[in-house]
Amino acid sequence: MEPLHETRLLVNGVPHTVRVPARRLLADCLRHDLGLTGTHVGCEHGVCGACTVLVDGQPMRSCLLFTVSVEGAEITTTEGCRAADGGLGPVQRAFLECHGLQCGFCTPGFVTTITAYLREHPDPSEQDAREAIGGNLCRCTGYQNIVASVLRAAELLRSESREGAR
Amino acid sequence: MKPPAFEYHRPTSVEEALAVLAEVGHDGKVLAGGQSLVPLLNMRLAAPAHLVDVNRLAELAYVRCDADAVRVGALARHATVEHDPAARDAVPLLRQALEHVAHPTIRNRGTVVGSLVHADPAGELPAVLVLLGGTVELASAIPGGNGGRRTVPASEFFVGPLESVVRAGELATAAVFPRPPARSGSAWRELSRRHGDYALCGVGVLVTLDADRRVEAAGAAFISVAPTPLLVDLTEALGGQPHDAADWAAAGTLAASAVDPEDDIHATAAYRRHLAGVLTARAAQAAALHAAGRLEGAA
Repeated sequence: MEPLHETRLLVNGVPHTVRVPARRLLADCLRHDLGLTGTHVGCEHGVCGACTVLVDGQPMRSCLLFTVSVEGAEITTTEGCRAADGGLGPVQRAFLECHGLQCGFCTPGFVTTITAYLREHPDPSEQDAREAIGGNLCRCTGYQNIVASVLRAAELLRSESREGAR
Repeated sequence: MKPPAFEYHRPTSVEEALAVLAEVGHDGKVLAGGQSLVPLLNMRLAAPAHLVDVNRLAELAYVRCDADAVRVGALARHATVEHDPAARDAVPLLRQALEHVAHPTIRNRGTVVGSLVHADPAGELPAVLVLLGGTVELASAIPGGNGGRRTVPASEFFVGPLESVVRAGELATAAVFPRPPARSGSAWRELSRRHGDYALCGVGVLVTLDADRRVEAAGAAFISVAPTPLLVDLTEALGGQPHDAADWAAAGTLAASAVDPEDDIHATAAYRRHLAGVLTARAAQAAALHAAGRLEGAA
């Protein structure tokens, strides 16, 4: 029996303590130990981007992180990218409106990546949007509608922040 | 796939890390960013008995610029170095090359020193270190040797594909990227099939101008064409020529004849040689313009 390591994580604002073997990938911890199956596991070697989550606000591949190594970190998954009222968040809404997904397998990685990107780049050009999603693979859409989703999400976020300022 | 089991160590000081590494010796592997190591574990291409996680060694999470160089601690992430304004100004080639290291998401976790130790022949940073004549600082708690510390020049650090001179029990604590000489400029060019993927061929070029803005010296470092970064002096092709009208094609021809790549499933040797020529001509021209631009910025 492998030794288990008690590890504290703050996931989508909720504190958790898990007991995991050292080799437990963060992606598997989120899915199996915490039941947060929004994070998808595609290639398991850092290429596809489906498992991307935010670690202390920065997008990272959760298939390339050991849970024990990120002890104490603040993790945001696609479930944490919802609106405050529990409905779709701005990036998720943009994907719905722009038909930015078909099978949906890759979408959680796009949602987290784009959420972090738009925080630092609130007004991206189409070229910026392509660059922002360059590390995520999608086999359905041909990317056009995902690029449109990035731009739409930026619009939604800008109007949200305008309303917030009022 | 899932990684094989290992014993996990998470030291909180360099001293403690060195003690653990000395104890586990050949069975141990350092985990920093893990952006190359964890794929190897997940694919079961590596199965170290012990992983020594250095992510808590906050004392190594620094980027410092002094009069001579940019010093990068072992826990400095690619993204941190890439976005450090002082480092960008001191050694522009660092940022120029870092933009080509995988994707931003990978750069948020991967470390510069980890890339050097990993010594991938397609890795950008080993070539940058070689081109600038930098060094890597190694520490060890294993008795004997030079007080447990040694500094290895880039020209001796890389010994083969995925192989550096780091010994079992040693920890690379920092890398030093010297500032280029005055009146210098640099550029990085590479070609890959997919955005962010390994380059089929890549080159960094450093050009130094004289007081009349003619090329005084020019050098290139290539990736993906040899087991280790390949340094080629371009001065013969460009020396004495004006910074804005040198014979860039001649630099390309020189580069193409200097590299000796191999065929693999990604590209033929002939195509890689062709790329070395084209990319060198482009990078050399861009580096000379960069040098002139920096002179104007300073004036």
